[in-house]
Amino acid sequence: MRYIPNSPEERDEMLAVVGLKNAEELFRSIPKEVQLGRPLNVTDPLAESEVIAAMETMAAKNTATTKPSFLGAGVYSHFSPTVVDHLIQRSEFFTSYTPYQPEIAQGTLQYIFEFQTLVCQLTGMEVANASMYDGSTAMAEAYLMAQRVTRREKIVVAKSVHPEYREVATTYDQHGDSEIVEIGFDEATGRVIGLEALDDKTAALVVQSPNFFGCIEDLKTLADAAHAVGALFVVVVTEAISFGLLKTPGECGADIVVGEGQSWGVPMSFGGPHVGLFATQEKFVRQMPGRLCGVAYDKNGNRGFVLTLSTREQHIRREKATSNICTNQGLIALAATIYMETMGKKGLQEVAMQNAQKAAYAKDQIAAIDGYETAFSSPTFNEFVVRGPRPATEILESVREKGIIGGLALSKYYGGHDNDFLVCVTETNSREQIDKLVAGLT
Amino acid sequence: MSITKVTQHPTQNESLIFERSQTGRVGYRLPKLDVPETLDVIPTEFRRSDDLAGVPEVSEVDVVRHFTRISTWNYSIDLGMYPLGSCTMKYNSRLNEKVARIGGFAGLHPLAPEAESQGALELIYKLQEDLAEITGLPGVSLQPAAGAQGEMTGVMLIRAFLDQRDGEASKDRRVILIPDSAHGTNPASAAMSGFTVKTIHSTAEGLTDMNHLRELCNEGGVAGLMLTNPNTVGIFERNIREICDTIHAAGGLVYMDGANMNALVGIARPGDMGVDVIHLNLHKTFSTPHGGGGPGCGPCLCSAELAPFLPTPRIEKSGETYRLNYDIPTSIGRVKAFFGNFGMMVRALSYIYTHGSDGLKEATEAAVLNARYISHKLADTYDEPYQSDCMHEAIFSHKHQAKKGVVTLDIAKRLIDYGFHPMTVYFPLVVEGAMLIEPTESVGRADLDAFIEAMIDIDREAQDDPELVINAPHSTRIGRLDEATAARKPVLRWREDMESTAKAA
Repeated sequence: MRYIPNSPEERDEMLAVVGLKNAEELFRSIPKEVQLGRPLNVTDPLAESEVIAAMETMAAKNTATTKPSFLGAGVYSHFSPTVVDHLIQRSEFFTSYTPYQPEIAQGTLQYIFEFQTLVCQLTGMEVANASMYDGSTAMAEAYLMAQRVTRREKIVVAKSVHPEYREVATTYDQHGDSEIVEIGFDEATGRVIGLEALDDKTAALVVQSPNFFGCIEDLKTLADAAHAVGALFVVVVTEAISFGLLKTPGECGADIVVGEGQSWGVPMSFGGPHVGLFATQEKFVRQMPGRLCGVAYDKNGNRGFVLTLSTREQHIRREKATSNICTNQGLIALAATIYMETMGKKGLQEVAMQNAQKAAYAKDQIAAIDGYETAFSSPTFNEFVVRGPRPATEILESVREKGIIGGLALSKYYGGHDNDFLVCVTETNSREQIDKLVAGLT
Repeated sequence: MSITKVTQHPTQNESLIFERSQTGRVGYRLPKLDVPETLDVIPTEFRRSDDLAGVPEVSEVDVVRHFTRISTWNYSIDLGMYPLGSCTMKYNSRLNEKVARIGGFAGLHPLAPEAESQGALELIYKLQEDLAEITGLPGVSLQPAAGAQGEMTGVMLIRAFLDQRDGEASKDRRVILIPDSAHGTNPASAAMSGFTVKTIHSTAEGLTDMNHLRELCNEGGVAGLMLTNPNTVGIFERNIREICDTIHAAGGLVYMDGANMNALVGIARPGDMGVDVIHLNLHKTFSTPHGGGGPGCGPCLCSAELAPFLPTPRIEKSGETYRLNYDIPTSIGRVKAFFGNFGMMVRALSYIYTHGSDGLKEATEAAVLNARYISHKLADTYDEPYQSDCMHEAIFSHKHQAKKGVVTLDIAKRLIDYGFHPMTVYFPLVVEGAMLIEPTESVGRADLDAFIEAMIDIDREAQDDPELVINAPHSTRIGRLDEATAARKPVLRWREDMESTAKAA
């Protein structure tokens, strides 16, 4: 086996050193009756070239990757500068462990610190952690944190929050005394309604903006409504590119911002690994889940970075920890950091503007087709819901036959919206692709 | 073989990127906008007006130098032995990186039509089958993103099963038993799933105390046990059958933490031991890179009895077609959006393909042999708290060195000067001054001998010149950091006045 340095002969010598005759004796503390005693029924070893061939054969069956696509809904196709994937493949980054020994992990710690800073700058918040698994679990942790902070149990969440995020948060929050109340959306504007559900038992109001339908919510008004009953205001963002253009949740009064950072240079990779964002205000820092990296000095006054405030975490607090999270998304947070720094201030603004412009163009073109309209009137960023003349699944199937993945039928997640589909347009969609989609719908 | 201690690395100091930023520098170029511009595309009231204050402006060259320089401050597996106990820092092959980046995988949207993502569904299905064979447990979900989430999923399965079996009476069964040597994630995951935790003692031999286990079972209310096997002191729980029988007789179920599966693959299967549910860490046993703290992947595997409660969606195969089944009313629900950390699954299947049946077993044997070799060679120098055969990791304490005032942390830091990453320190908590050493199969004899020699040298230094060890490391660009002060007034992000704030603390 080429990954095992010691040859069989060397291993025999080592067995002799430890006083054993053969490898079986290494396992004599395992009772015979629980030993397998037969070879595993998995493949015989493949050569490197055979592994590549087997993987390429499977990958080739993912024909969606060869077609222009207008899918979004929490995972977005954006261009990632070449340096991002190149730099994260440095051995020192991808083959290192969690930085528990800061003297030989300053590279990792410094990028975590930069990641935390950039997340704060883009969300308009005061502190951010070193990452969560993804946007959905970050939102689940926000529920739990809001319940800890307010000592209340009720969560009011908008149905226009990503349906899979709501499912995950419900799974996480099913065992306490929680009450999760889902509030609806206005059929004309696509924005959240039903704020009368807020009361003095509410721990948090949770909304997404741009929401699942692409609509930009009026966050300031929602923040005021949450704060009026003493609840925290939690804002979910699935499209991190929107931070380059839209008013920050922090400026609008968010107490916790959670989101998905996949758009920052990370491949879609069938839904993961991506990177969860978690940011809040300084006064709540000790209630946060996950790792935090902070500044520290050595005895000579040299600046360095360490994991800090770990008394919140499971390895110290065990069952009283703020979360069970241990491994997070380190390397993906690095990719996001390199993306944000490479794009820089101007690039993050320009890419956001291109997304908005291209989506606006597509929206106008599609709305001009006979029988088609946009389903909601609110301003949108790079996604919008189209209402077609017949069931969306049929429409999308017919454009798929023309070689285009036209979007997502809302009926996957929402009843009563059979003719609606969600279209996402990013900087990677050329005008030619948009025009082809429009022609395909016509 | 003699070893030359590392000396100060000549890397230039590298500021934070924010301190390097210069107005007007750019690191990107986008294609020209190819659609007619819409005026006021976003109404002003919804647009940010701070011009992204503080976000850096740097060139591409700045970025490459910045990250390359700071990378040299890290230790890594590719540089040398990374003997962190319970972390399984084995070789991360480049092949696995390559196949995960094939366009048909990396570029696939999770909501693409099923008919157009058959290859990804096939890969998940095949990995599920292989992991089921390796663990002897037929129910599989690859959705959990990391070990802790796999654990939580496992504990939730237990809860859902009991709720269905016992109905209302299930609420009187809310105790999870956890050994005092367990990972901190175990009790945290149990608490998140609404259980209370009772701690089981270990024996002087380093095994689960059977009498205490029975006593706790007799107290009633036991929903289950969370057990690591081999346990966190590196010893196989030889009474595992009896442990499982005891829990089952008390009406509970057994969850096994699979963190230490690198000692068992191809040798013994949790399913054959009586375990009901387990999680695996693909980022340990199946070599997907740890990436400086993730991403992981924490598959949850279970018995047929528990399978109806696994997270949705499940992948099913009919003929040559794979489909997603979302309609499983008994399921605990989703634990993560989409299908989990798919990119890690590609790497893990590539690992299994490369090893094959024989290679997987060979890796296990080599890993256990390497640990046994260290245990044997250091037994005269360092205190071994347990006399049993170690499996894939060896445990020592600082007992002998502490007499000279040199403790585990000092020994760990001094190892850095010898060119090694420290072992896991102060874990498990049941051993005072624990040093948990897991070499994995990815270390050759020469490196093992160098490590052993370094440990023996450090002991000699502890006896002759303890200050040298206590003040280590001496070769890194930064010394031991004052973590207590850092936690008192934490500075968690860059600001222009950050230095003064941090120093004021």
